[in-house]
Amino acid sequence: MPSFPGGMEWTLASVFVPLTGALLCFLLPRRAPLLGRLTALLTVAAVLGLLLTVLAEGTQQTALGGWPAPLGILWRADGLSVALMAMTALVGLGVSVYAHAYFRDKHTEGAFFWPLWLMLWTALDALFLSRDLFNLYVTLELVGFAAASLTALDGSAAALRGAIRYLLISMLGSLSYLLGVALIYHACGSVDIVLVAERIGTAPDLVVAVALGTMTAGLVLKTALFPLHFWLPPAHGSAPAPVSAVLSALVVKASFYLLLRLWLEVFDGGGPWLAEFLGVLGAVAVVWGSVAALRQARLKLLMAYSTVAQIGYFFMAFPLAAVGGGAVWAGALYLVLAHGLAKAAMFLSVGSVLRFARHDRIDELDRIVHRLPLTLTAFALAGVSIMGLPPSGGFIGKWLMLEAAFRQGRYGFVAVILLGGVLAAAYVFRVVGHAFTPTARAQRAREVPAAMEWSALLLALAAILLGLLPPLVLPLLEIGQVAVVSGVAAPAGSG
Amino acid sequence: MSQPVFWALVGMALVTLGLYALIVHAHLLRKVLALNIISSGVFLVFIGLARRAPEAGAALPMEPDPVPQAMVLTGIVVAVAATGLALALIVRLRAVTGRTTLGDDTDD
Amino acid sequence: MTPLFDPQLPANALLPLLVLASSLVPGMIIFFLAEERVRLRTVLNLGGALMKLALVGFMLWGSYQGQRFEARLPLLEGLDLVLRVGALSLLFLALSAGLWFLTTIYAIGYLEGAPHRSRFFGFFSLCVTATVGVAMSGNLLTFVLFFELLTLTTYPLVVHRGTEAARQAGQVYLAHTVLAGSLLLAGTVWLYTLTGTLGFVPRGFVAEVAETHPGALRAIFALLIAGVGVKAALVPLHSWLPRAMVAPAPVSALLHAVAVVKAGAFGIVLIVYDVFGVEQAAELGVTGPLAAVAAVTIIYGSLRALFQDDLKRRLAFSTVSQVSYIVLGVAIVGPLASVGGIVHLVHQGLMKITLFFCAGNLAETLGIHKVSEMRGVGRRMPWTMAAFTIGALGMIGVPPLAGFITKWYLSLGALEAGVHWPLYVLMASSLLNAAYFLPILHAAWFAEPDPAPTHAAAADGHAAPSRAHAGWLLLLPPLTTAALSVLIGLFASLPFSPLEWSLLIAEREFEYPEARADVPLRPGAGSDD
Repeated sequence: MPSFPGGMEWTLASVFVPLTGALLCFLLPRRAPLLGRLTALLTVAAVLGLLLTVLAEGTQQTALGGWPAPLGILWRADGLSVALMAMTALVGLGVSVYAHAYFRDKHTEGAFFWPLWLMLWTALDALFLSRDLFNLYVTLELVGFAAASLTALDGSAAALRGAIRYLLISMLGSLSYLLGVALIYHACGSVDIVLVAERIGTAPDLVVAVALGTMTAGLVLKTALFPLHFWLPPAHGSAPAPVSAVLSALVVKASFYLLLRLWLEVFDGGGPWLAEFLGVLGAVAVVWGSVAALRQARLKLLMAYSTVAQIGYFFMAFPLAAVGGGAVWAGALYLVLAHGLAKAAMFLSVGSVLRFARHDRIDELDRIVHRLPLTLTAFALAGVSIMGLPPSGGFIGKWLMLEAAFRQGRYGFVAVILLGGVLAAAYVFRVVGHAFTPTARAQRAREVPAAMEWSALLLALAAILLGLLPPLVLPLLEIGQVAVVSGVAAPAGSG
Repeated sequence: MSQPVFWALVGMALVTLGLYALIVHAHLLRKVLALNIISSGVFLVFIGLARRAPEAGAALPMEPDPVPQAMVLTGIVVAVAATGLALALIVRLRAVTGRTTLGDDTDD
Repeated sequence: MTPLFDPQLPANALLPLLVLASSLVPGMIIFFLAEERVRLRTVLNLGGALMKLALVGFMLWGSYQGQRFEARLPLLEGLDLVLRVGALSLLFLALSAGLWFLTTIYAIGYLEGAPHRSRFFGFFSLCVTATVGVAMSGNLLTFVLFFELLTLTTYPLVVHRGTEAARQAGQVYLAHTVLAGSLLLAGTVWLYTLTGTLGFVPRGFVAEVAETHPGALRAIFALLIAGVGVKAALVPLHSWLPRAMVAPAPVSALLHAVAVVKAGAFGIVLIVYDVFGVEQAAELGVTGPLAAVAAVTIIYGSLRALFQDDLKRRLAFSTVSQVSYIVLGVAIVGPLASVGGIVHLVHQGLMKITLFFCAGNLAETLGIHKVSEMRGVGRRMPWTMAAFTIGALGMIGVPPLAGFITKWYLSLGALEAGVHWPLYVLMASSLLNAAYFLPILHAAWFAEPDPAPTHAAAADGHAAPSRAHAGWLLLLPPLTTAALSVLIGLFASLPFSPLEWSLLIAEREFEYPEARADVPLRPGAGSDD
């Protein structure tokens, strides 16, 4: 028998600990900062426990309340889920430490931040664990609600507009996905991913094709792939720094993760022309997003457009993986993980700059290189990963994708991957360069708490360190994949 | 035309109508209504097409299936929550800006 | 003599890591030091530099005993990060460790009292870490890693002064190096998809695919050379170098002689010798164009140097020209030319760093930035100008200075390879060298000083110099390097001289069957990497 606490306990803890924390923070707003950070620590511990269990024993299955699959809810933690949960936990810990300092003198916002943020964390973990198309819909909506509410946190007109637009888009995307779920249920008589994968071969092609179309469209909209990215910059650009960090680093990943699961496990690689289409959109997103980022005058918007560009990379994996298979997905996932850590670090650094200088105009950064050295270091290190320079998580991801592109002779993709890196260097160093020069007017500055600077720096270091860890991470991503791809629910783990 | 397909087509028509309304109307309340119509359409498709997995020798292929009903109930709860959240945000927006449209906010 | 790098002995993994750590660790600590902790910072800087020198010396000694030095870290499937010390690495390591030590002394003197020294010395140390990483790279992946790291760590040094001009120079520098970096990456990945290995081996590792993919290999060669050629300042990729002269003098010294330009040239040597193999490269027909580029760069750099009044810019264009001697030596396919090219890695480093030290002294002490202001400075700063003179004469190629050895071997190599045009290039370049250095020497030693001694120094934005003469911290380094460039010229045939090392490296590259025996010494030849 598995030891206690085993996979099931860790699985449950990684969802119910943040849920409990969220409720407690809501009930006891005055204690929220303390409770929130405590919850963050405990959640990280739970995810770490689950990670180690999965590494040691393989995929872990948990039937909630002991109900079996068709009726009950089944959670399954394989390598991919755990990798994303670990990334969420790292970012979550950093954001929680940061947010404590950030909201110290904004009590109202702080009181709302903690329950919403922990709820978001709960929903993300539940989404990464769910293996049932309908549960995935519910968790997706939960993520969307929490994220939209967080966007509106500071109550300004811009934040409210961003939040409403984001909520409407999020609902539309989720409903489009749900339409696909309805069709799949019609065709396969189940919403369990494993069962659906078994039966989808005999389902009518038209229904499957429409389901693939609506689900992909909905998730692409939520992931903000060009040209459906229009809602992202205003939402990410107007939210408070810790919220922007979470939105860019984690929330867009949730819908991408779901899309990836569907393509890998349900639709068996999707349609080739659709993959091609997504890849081309991704390539356009890389170039367009990077150029737009270069043209921004404000740091936060620059970061938001950089996210649009980076999302493009994820989608370029679809056509490449149609031939290149697992290595390409590994590359794309590496980019997802690295981008999560790096972009969180960057948004947190930008938040520190905002706090320090009271503005985020790039041309007037006024020597922050020696006034906020840690923050600028965090920004630059995270930038290294975004640019895809070695050694960083971003480099490994780009290397794997470049390798596939060369092997398949797709030189257009090669050019876009490289060009995206160069443009990223251009916008990152545009910021770093202005951080060295003084501005004409002297600027008054506010002190930035050490916790804000350090949490960003540590996240950036994690993004760099990820570049040295492929021997650990790549095998992790493969845990549980073979069993699912072959369509047989092999009894991996305890179950 | 069989009954399920009929309901599914009605559902799809609702979805299309809602999508059209969502795009063309600027007023946020109308957008929220449009989303509600879309969700009703989706639920209709879900319920209308639902059937159990064909079992060997089943007399009624269209045996009513409770599982999607439960799912749609959950879906309705989610939709109500979403509507509530959206309405709350819209009320705040009107209080802050006096407007009930998103307008052009790219100049912030 | 015992064979170098005896395959029987287990590889020592610790030493390469220690060499990296000897600058990385002090650098990281220095970042967190308060500005006024001068003493501790100096101790860390010099301690690290001395430690590195000692470690490199130990490895040099160990390699004569047959000891191998190799550390690896698995990264991707079948692709490790490898630090390995071979003959060529040792040459570059010894050069950069030695010159780093001197440049550190110089920088401590030069930046006395200047702001932001902790940041400066922190990045200074990181920059050298990246350079020794480049030197010890055991495969192309590791090389790319440290090469990019070098770009990133030198950028803060280029923009150190924080002026608008510095920022723009930094942007130009990055625009060049980042673009080049992506070409280098493209070439590397492409090559990997063809060969399935990236480990450096003498005589290269592309022979097996040369038959089937000659076109792709030529394209890869072009990508890789363009990727490193930016740092080596090959024309037309050189324009960042003169602009980067806004950086403080120790940075210029570092860029030109120790780190960036040198790493670029070293990269070209590695790509031609250990990736493609020079004979294979010649077969593919890519050495001809490379030699042509080198020749154009040599002449163009010298011509541009002729017309610069700003002393540092003149030296910068001189670097553009001189570094391509290395490339030329590599691209004329032949053992003797290779010796000339490889040995010039060291020679150019010593001579050019001398000149930059001296230029820094002139600027710091007398506020002289322009050639036209140098009349009579020989009398006011005899030591500095003596060192400058040796450096300049060495560049021209006056025997028995180091530069002469280079030109001698390059000429012999060209004759051996049966081509004559490099001789004309060398002659023209020497004449041009003389044309842009001798007037300086003449003005410095034989012209009457101008009546107003300190020119326009305050207007330069840099702190107005006040010292009557450069302090010993500023004087010792150029004198040492000047003396060294005389000594390695005079004693070129002693066993440990750079020339002897270069002969040994060239032997391994061109050698006859028995040298194949030590190919397996390099484990990269096998299935790993």
